[in-house]
This record gives sequence, structure tokens and C-alpha cells, in this order.
Amino acid sequence: MAKAAHTTREPVILMSKRGELLPPWKSWGIRVIGFLLSLVVSGIVIMMVSGLNPAAVFATMLDGAVGTTKRSWVTVRDAMTLLCIAVGLAPAFKMRFWNIGAEGQILVGAIASAACMIYLKNLPTLLLIPVMICASLIAGGIWGFFPGLFKARWNTNETLFTLMMNYIAIQLTSFFVALWENPFGSNSVGVINSQNKQGWLPNLLQEGYNKDFGWNVIIVLTVTLIMYLYMNHSKHGYEISVIGDSENTARYAGIRVNRAYVRTIVFSGAICGLAGFVAVSGASHTISTSTAGGRGFTAIIVAWLAQFNSVVMIVFSFLLVFLQKGAQAIASTYNLSQEVSEMITGIILFFLLGSEFFVNYTVHFRGKKVAK
Amino acid sequence: MASCAIKMENVTKRFGKVVANDHINLELREGEILSLLGENGSGKTTLMNQLSGIYYPDEGQIYVHDKPVTISSPKDAFDNGIGMIHQHFKLVDVFTATENIVLGLDGEGKFDLKAAGEKIRTICEKYGFDIRPEQKIYDMSVSQKQTVEIVKVLFRGADILILDEPTAVLTPQETDKLFDIMRAMKKDGKSLIIITHKLHEVLDVSDRVAVLRKGEYIGDVMTKDANQQSLTDMMVGHSVTLNIDRPMPKDPKPRLELKNLTVYDELGVKRLDDVSFTVMGGEILGVAGVAGSGQKELLESIAGLYPVRSGEIVFHNPQSGKSENLVGKDPLDIKRAGVGMAFVPEDRLGMGLVGSMGMTGNMLLRSYRKGTGLFVDRKQPEKLANSIWKDLEVVTPSTAFPVRRMSGGNVQKVLVGREIAQEPAVLMSAYAVRGLDINTSYTIYNLLTAEKMKGVAVIYVGEDLDVLLELCDRLVVLCGGQVSGVVDARTITKEEVGLLMTQHRKEGA
Repeated sequence: MAKAAHTTREPVILMSKRGELLPPWKSWGIRVIGFLLSLVVSGIVIMMVSGLNPAAVFATMLDGAVGTTKRSWVTVRDAMTLLCIAVGLAPAFKMRFWNIGAEGQILVGAIASAACMIYLKNLPTLLLIPVMICASLIAGGIWGFFPGLFKARWNTNETLFTLMMNYIAIQLTSFFVALWENPFGSNSVGVINSQNKQGWLPNLLQEGYNKDFGWNVIIVLTVTLIMYLYMNHSKHGYEISVIGDSENTARYAGIRVNRAYVRTIVFSGAICGLAGFVAVSGASHTISTSTAGGRGFTAIIVAWLAQFNSVVMIVFSFLLVFLQKGAQAIASTYNLSQEVSEMITGIILFFLLGSEFFVNYTVHFRGKKVAK
Repeated sequence: MASCAIKMENVTKRFGKVVANDHINLELREGEILSLLGENGSGKTTLMNQLSGIYYPDEGQIYVHDKPVTISSPKDAFDNGIGMIHQHFKLVDVFTATENIVLGLDGEGKFDLKAAGEKIRTICEKYGFDIRPEQKIYDMSVSQKQTVEIVKVLFRGADILILDEPTAVLTPQETDKLFDIMRAMKKDGKSLIIITHKLHEVLDVSDRVAVLRKGEYIGDVMTKDANQQSLTDMMVGHSVTLNIDRPMPKDPKPRLELKNLTVYDELGVKRLDDVSFTVMGGEILGVAGVAGSGQKELLESIAGLYPVRSGEIVFHNPQSGKSENLVGKDPLDIKRAGVGMAFVPEDRLGMGLVGSMGMTGNMLLRSYRKGTGLFVDRKQPEKLANSIWKDLEVVTPSTAFPVRRMSGGNVQKVLVGREIAQEPAVLMSAYAVRGLDINTSYTIYNLLTAEKMKGVAVIYVGEDLDVLLELCDRLVVLCGGQVSGVVDARTITKEEVGLLMTQHRKEGA
């Protein structure tokens, strides 16, 4: 048996980590190129599967999301709710605490808000709204507390735990929907306090459709800003980053990891609970098992895409809501199934995530060097 | 002369610039137990991995049963009847012994798990293994898991077995049992290689000993002609002069007193056994011992990171003159008690640093609690990062560049620089120069010596005996979690330390 000859084979494509950080304009440039490429590819896919003119399809999407003032404000409203959830998830995920339980945390926050609206409707608005905010924060916080405590004490798997808490929250919501059923037999709560609007976020601006949603924007953007400062400049935020990178390093530095887990997941749950308040008091004015509507999961995508930077999340929550609205418009206008638009969403997300690769790696081709 | 089960001729393996195996000629005779002896990093495991198909030699030729072979994958190794039992078990916890053993086997048609179970039972009965084929791995003790690994290679028809430090995880009783099994396999005509650095085990179980040192083959000796002293001499070699500057300590005073320290790990294995010694301010205390003798547990216990079962760690505060027991305190308590504790851990990125952050973020790790406000002050750490960048000549594009992406030497400079900047009273370092080039190593030695001259109590856990003997003032030698000697590093010889490293303290002595 002859011994195999040793030859070093040069790979056709060589990927290596960049030796330095890219300046922001370059890394964002790569991401923008990725986004544009995704539009081109989804255009081609649309043409191939439906034979429609991609430009017309994109125009329909645009029209569906921001075509009229009303549509624009609905897009803003939904983006704000999504943003609030994503902002709430950020500290947990940054700490590598897989909080899959935002759905549940939103629902219990929503239940708390609705309960205040129903039982405390005689309080003056100026008092009722803060009470609702506090109640939703506490409810969401409690929903986060249990998985956090169990993880800290017994090292249970938080993914399963938070996920199962969602089902409890859904059942709880069903129970309260049955309790508060109005009118009787409708199997829904209906619009709460529709006459005197107690517990509704008041009009911020005088006229136009935006009057109902102004406060949503202010509340959520304030939370976003606070979270940004908390994550990037506070001592707690620093501890979260350290734990997310290495628990051992955190212990070494004297961080009490278990306490930080519980503290952070309570905070995370509380903000998600607040999103429940925003959804009930600032948008639907009712509650049902679909109040969260999968947004607790969509928000995970927003948080990761933005790499837990709450300010960047504004962009991505708008993008995702925009795509959703656009998708609905395509579905109704062209009689296409909603899956087509989900394909587009998928393609765009794929390219956005893919561009992160080129931010961190360089690619050389055999023979010549190509800087990408 | 008996024919050879394995013969390696001029086998060389390089990792980048490092030569892990330098033209090694090794033979395993048919039906013998060969011990492969050497210090950490001497290339034992690398050499064996080339037999088991994990690495492919850069140069050289391997013969199995006197036939030249090419082993480029673990499958090739099995085809040649070579089976390796790795130090870290490669088992699926939720599977049974049988399922693990047949995992990865090719078979025609439907797999007959029952027949496999029967075959395993036969093997177990033949050698007296105490596992049941249908037992799940998570239900097994460490020694049983190891048995499954052994059965796995026997099941596949291996007649040459390589065991990589099999006794590291076993109790003495389990070790004896393993050795009985090894002898039974030998009687059955199998040839075995055992990697170990415990001399008494070498003398106990093997027929012949081959010694590696720093990637080179030193020689072999029949076990009956060897004793602990002669093997130690072969293993550690002659002293090399390094010319590390070593001033005499000025006015050493006790800084840290360890009294009867005993710790157990999560599995209930005793890791430190009644350890007592004193660390002086103004000296470098070296800790010598083969890997896994309790060095990690010792430092982590002092740092408040490892649960202490019994004993005391008393800190004498040089400023206040007060004494304080550190046992039962976590790192934050220790810091709040005013104990200046600096620690350069073995796992630099996994424990000492935050890999995803830059130098500034890592400086913050020790200082972010400063100030009463909610917010972190980044100005001071930024300044510190800049001064370390300049003073220690760290190669990095900026203070924001993630330390994970720096080279090993630069990572260590960042870590050591930060720890020294705390102006500690105690400075502990574990394998501070592992993987560093000569220049960086000397930078580290000089920094440690400078700290010693400032009156800091420096603890240096090292693996290179030449360095320990030239850098340190005193040495504590650990063996199997016990202190086997506290000696003057200026007068003791390398051979004497080597012997202490492998000599368990006698009961009652």
C-alpha cells in the first residue's frame, strides 16, 4: 500500500474573519446592498411564480402599508406594539436567556389592563392610566419571574418553561373572556367601555386618524430610549452583556449571576406586559386569546436582527410590519395566497442575515483577492 | 525479537510553527502493554491521534502488524484493528450501552440490535465488565462509561487498544479494576498503549515504557528495569538555564494562609485534600504538579469561585493588619471585604475576559461598580485600556476591537495588564505563558517579578519546571490534590520536583 502524497490544496473560496472592525458606513452599506439584492431576488421570484410585474406588486405592498393616512397610522401603531415587545425581549436574549414567553407576558399584561378598565372605570383617567400601566408591568414581570427563579434555583430550561407559560396565559385569557363576555353569548369581550372610553389612551392630537395612536408612539419610544440607556450605559446593562458572553467570566467578576437572571427576566417580562397594555388600551380596546397574535415570536426576529440595539429595532419593527401589511394587500388585490408575501419576507430576512456574514468575514477567491 | 503490532517511523506533526511530534520512532510489540509517558504538552495525545485517524502525519510512515498503512480517518484505524479510548467520552447520554456501541456501524439490511446485545454480553462476560447492554449511559458511573468505550472498540474487533489517560477520572479501586481488565486483554493477545503521567501506574501495569519530552522521543525502557527516579529523569530531562531575573524577596510576610483546605467537585470527587501552606507577600510562590492535580480548584477556591467543603483561607490585610477568613465568600464579598485579589485564570477568554468586548469593555469588568450612580463610567477604563495598549505593546486595531479576535499573546497582555492595574495584594496566575511566544513570556515574567517587588503575594501555577525553578522563590508541589512538598525553588533540583509531582503522600505520614 503506497503512502498517499501530501499536497496542500488551496480552496477555491477562502473565508476568513476580518482583522479589524469595519467603520459603520461600510457595515451599513453592506446591509443596504443586501436589502436591495433581496428586492431584486424577490422580484424575480414573484415573476416566476405568478407572472405578475414585480414593480406593480411592490407598489401594491407600498400602497397596502402606507397608501392612505389611515393605513399609515395602523402600520405605525402595529410597529409600535411590535417594537415594545422586541425592546422587552432584548435584555433577556442579550443575556442568552431564551425568553420564548413574550406571548404569555403580553397576554397577562393585557388581562391586567382590561381588568383595570372593567373594575376601576370610576377612577379619573389621569389615575386610571398609570394604574393600568403598573398593573400590566407587574403582571408581565410575574410571568417572567417564575421561569427566571426556576432557572436560577434549579437550572431548568427557560425555553420550555417560558413556552409553557404561554399556554397557561392563553387559558387564563379564555377564562377571563368567558367571565367578561359582553354581550352575553357572543363569546367575546367586545369593546370595553365603548361609551365613555375609560382607560383608553386619550387623544394626543386633535384631528385625523392619528388621534388614537399618538400616545402609543410616545410611550413606546420612551421605553425604547430608556432601554437603550439601560443596555448600553447602565451597570446592569453591562452585567447583562458579560453574562451573555460568558457566565464564568461574570462569576469571576463578582456578578451574582442568578440574581441577575431573575432581575433581568422580570424586567423583560414587565416590558412585554406593557406591550399588552399598549395593545389593549392604545389599539384594540378589547381582549381575546389572539391579542398577542404571534407578535411575541415575530419580536424575537426584530430583536436579533437589530442585535439587541433598541434604537435599531425601530427600523426593523417597521420593516416587518410593513411587509405584513404589504402581504395582506397583495393577497387581496391579486388574489394570491398570503404565502407569496411570506416568501418575500423570508427572502428579505435571508439577505439581511446573510449580510452579517460579510460584515464579519472577508472572502478571497483562489488566485485573485476580492474584497467584498 | 517479537514482531510489532504498531511501528511508527519518523512521524512528524506540526501545528503552524509548533512541532508537536518531531521524527518519532515508536513501536508497540505484539501482546504487550506499553506506557507512553511524558509531561503535559509533550505530544503524547497528538501522536496517538495519528494512530486513531484524527490527525494525519505530516511526515513518516506507520506500520500495523509489519504492513505499511495509511490511516487518514477513524474508519481506517478501525479497519486496521486500532481502537482508541479517549479521555473525554464520546457517548450519547440518552442511549443504552448497546446503542452507543453500534452507533456509526455500517450494516446490511435491518440492524439486529438483539444480536449486538448478545455479542456485547459475551464480551462483558469474557473480561468481567460490569455493564448491562440495555443500561442507559446517564445511569452509569464514570468508570462504567469508560467500560462502554472499551467494549465499543472490542466490539469492532480492535486488537490494538490505545487508552488516553484512562485513570484520570477513576478512583484507586476503579483503577485497579481497569488494570486487571488490561491484563486480561493482554492475555487474550491484544496489544495496548496507555497514556499516563502517573509513575506508580506505569510501574504497576506496563511491560515497557516509552518517554516523550517536548515533542521528541527520548527512549524506552523495560518496566522491570525502571524505577520512579529513572523515569522522572527521562521525563523532565536536564535543566535548561533561562536567565529570568530573580531578585531576593524583600521582607516577606504571610499574606494568605491555607489551612486544611478540602474541596469536592460536582461529581463528589475530592479535588483538594487537606491542603495547607502559606503565601508570603513579596514572593512568587510557584505551584507545580501534573495537570489536574488540583491547581485549578486551588486558585478558584481562593478566588471564591469554588465551593470549599472544609478548611480555612485566611487573608492578612497588609494595610489594616486585620485577618479574615475568605471561605464562604463569593468574589463580590471578597472584593467588598477590601481584599485586593487579582486572578489570571487558565481559561482566558472563558473566564477572565469578555470575548465580544474590546479592551475598554474588559477593563470595565473590574471597575464598573465604581461610583454610586446607575450608569457606568467609561472614561477611566478607556484611559487604562490606552495605557495598557501602549505600555504592553498590545497589537490591536483599536480599544473597541473584540479581544476574542486578538492573538493569544495579546489577549494575555490585556488580561494581565488589567489584573495588575488593580494594585492587588494577591496576584494569582494559572498557566500564564501557555501558548505565548518567548518574548511575550518574558514580558509576563518581568511583570510578575515587578509585582513581587511591590510586595504583592504572587501565586504562579505553571507546567514548565525550568520556569518554575527560575522564576519562583518557593514551590508548592501538588499531587492528586494533596501537597506533596513545599520547597525552596533556589536550591531544589528539577529531578526532585519531578519526583514530588508523582509521589502521593503516604497515609498518616
